[in-house]
Amino acid sequence: MLGSLTLILICQLIGEIITRLTKIPVPGPVIGMILLFCGLVFFPRRMPSEVETVGGFLLRYLALLFVPAGVGVITHLDLLMKSWAPISGAIIIGTLATIAITGLVMKFLNRRFACAHEEARQ
Amino acid sequence: MSAEMQQVWVYLSTSPLLWLTLTLIAYQIGTWVFRRLDCPPLLNPVLTAIILLVVLLKVSGIDYQTYFRGAQFIHFLLGPATVALAIPLYREMEVIRKSFIPIIITLAVGSVAAIISAVGIVWALGGEKIILLSVAPKSVTTPIAMGISEQIGGLPSLTAVVVVLTGITGAVGGDFILNLLRINDDNARGMALGVASHGIGTAHAIQKSRVAGAFSALAMALNGLFTALLLPVLVHLLQ
Repeated sequence: MLGSLTLILICQLIGEIITRLTKIPVPGPVIGMILLFCGLVFFPRRMPSEVETVGGFLLRYLALLFVPAGVGVITHLDLLMKSWAPISGAIIIGTLATIAITGLVMKFLNRRFACAHEEARQ
Repeated sequence: MSAEMQQVWVYLSTSPLLWLTLTLIAYQIGTWVFRRLDCPPLLNPVLTAIILLVVLLKVSGIDYQTYFRGAQFIHFLLGPATVALAIPLYREMEVIRKSFIPIIITLAVGSVAAIISAVGIVWALGGEKIILLSVAPKSVTTPIAMGISEQIGGLPSLTAVVVVLTGITGAVGGDFILNLLRINDDNARGMALGVASHGIGTAHAIQKSRVAGAFSALAMALNGLFTALLLPVLVHLLQ
């Protein structure tokens, strides 16, 4: 358990160091994710076996982790009251439109590429 | 309140322990109500927890900084959880590899759609520039979105709130839209939820199906990467 947690934190730490040194606009945890992914792909035997348990635990409660940031709404109540229309419009319409567009494109491409595979086989 | 009770409250209300514990309790109340009432989308546990805590803070007159001293221990885990997203990606690598090209194309379209729809709506409804910049990275997971917001000149704390509300919107309304448009492929549902509503959408997708969950995690990670690279350049070009 401890080894896996340490590994995850080390990946994040290296990620943070890389973003700060190179000034690339990618946040540290994302680089950490790429590092852990490469570790799993290239050294599957060297990885602590419970890394999946620790990671699974974090991901199972992923939604909870957003609560503290969400409570921050309390500090922006004035701004939200004043600009409620553009903000709520962007959140509700923007998000649902993005879901619709993304889902439709993927569905279309699934059919398209499935057909391409079929034709290639024939 | 007796003098002793008063003293205990003064100690507790400023100690991290109380607010850490209350955050966990609020989330579990949210989860319990959600399951009890047969999972109605509107009673999203994150939404319930946030409302409970905001009411509690308002009633007790405790400020957000004091609350956050305790809640930061949970907030901190967003970083390691982002790193841990490598695991579902690795596990479903074969499935993902099979639809590699559709994923990349969908991701590019979805990522741009998320930014343009957010920015376009704020602009059309007459929002100020600071709001526009704070809302632009709204579909990306919190730690990434806050970083982007800071970089392009938005308000990171407002971005964090908008990101969480975006996630809740996706978890609450996503299934409705996807069913309405008859999008039944698990990978398409996962991609849509992950691109538009990051971790909260992914948490929702994981509950529905393993494949949808993996695609959602992938979409969220790639969208974070893509938006982090694209948005600062876009803002720079537009200014």
